[in-house]
Amino acid sequence: MVEFTLPKNSKVTEGKTWPKPAGAKRTSEFRVYRWNPDDGQNPRMDTYFVDRDDCAPMLLDALIWIKNKVDATLTFRRSCREGVCGSCAMNINGVNTLACTHDIDEMRAPVRVYPLPHLPVIKDLVPDMTSFYAQYASIEPWLHTKTANPEKEWHQSHEDREKLDGLYECILCACCTTSCPSYWWNSDRYLGPAVLLQAYRWLIDSRDEATGERLDQLEDPFRLYRCHTILNCAKACPKGLNPAKAIAEIKKMMVARQL
Amino acid sequence: MRTPLGRVRGLGSARSGTEHFWVQRLTAIANVPLVLALVILVIVLAGRSHASVIATLSQPAIGILLLAAVISVIVHMRIGMQVIIEDYVQGEGMKVTLLMANTLFSCAVGLVATFAILRICFGS
Repeated sequence: MVEFTLPKNSKVTEGKTWPKPAGAKRTSEFRVYRWNPDDGQNPRMDTYFVDRDDCAPMLLDALIWIKNKVDATLTFRRSCREGVCGSCAMNINGVNTLACTHDIDEMRAPVRVYPLPHLPVIKDLVPDMTSFYAQYASIEPWLHTKTANPEKEWHQSHEDREKLDGLYECILCACCTTSCPSYWWNSDRYLGPAVLLQAYRWLIDSRDEATGERLDQLEDPFRLYRCHTILNCAKACPKGLNPAKAIAEIKKMMVARQL
Repeated sequence: MRTPLGRVRGLGSARSGTEHFWVQRLTAIANVPLVLALVILVIVLAGRSHASVIATLSQPAIGILLLAAVISVIVHMRIGMQVIIEDYVQGEGMKVTLLMANTLFSCAVGLVATFAILRICFGS
């Protein structure tokens, strides 16, 4: 059976409570998942207090403030700080989302921060995305054509270009994929919502000539049909996209080529 | 030592699943009127004598309705249970055993129910 509880060495314990910043008038409390692969200890929840008058408004700002001023060992990914790169995806108060686009004032205190669920943890808030990226590579996310390359670009009508809206905006942060229970249980074989949304982005691209081959590769009880329309993906997506709809469209294409 | 892409590509696509997806939805739609009719039939027959029930069930239209309901519900049940097993049972040996048991159980229930209906319809 699938594991519904954490293995013994992954059980989360109570960690260190770091002192409140001296002289701070307004503080916010953060409880952050910590795990170090080198010390042989179980994961723990550390408590930090951030001086809000010295810190910018977003959760990512608070994590950077903690790293700079309290605990330099706190490890997390971040880059663009404006919801474009997808690096700072994490589980915040039980929801997978981006730390950089969420205002601390709008969060229930204390703010609980975990890494994305059901991925191996490399350290603290940094999950191992290797398999996720390999799944993305497996759908060959680039234009496939047989026709000789045109002298300039491949043409596309405005209407056909519009079909890519709601798909091309995906930043591959993995918030949706790691929120999907079906992916939790079968991540070795199910491609997950993000990768299937990307697969549909190429299936629906009017310039692509490998639609049939792409469908062949997806037509599998696990790769595609593990999606049970749970819709956690659509709820989690920090970009407001709907991977479940993209997957439903793929299933419709599968049926359409048989009827 | 396999590369991550090698692991993901694994044994390749099974090139199947659409039939399951389609039949699951088809039987779901069929089950709505069939199960509704079955419930109405049970309510109508409740409290009647054995002879009266047999007489009603052996009418061609009722017999065919019962057979259709049994086939549609059992096909739907088998596919549904298969999905649950594939979702939650991770060990290959256990998974294959349960998938076989699921098919055999569905066949057995289907055969017994079909036989019973036919016997009522055509008499012993």
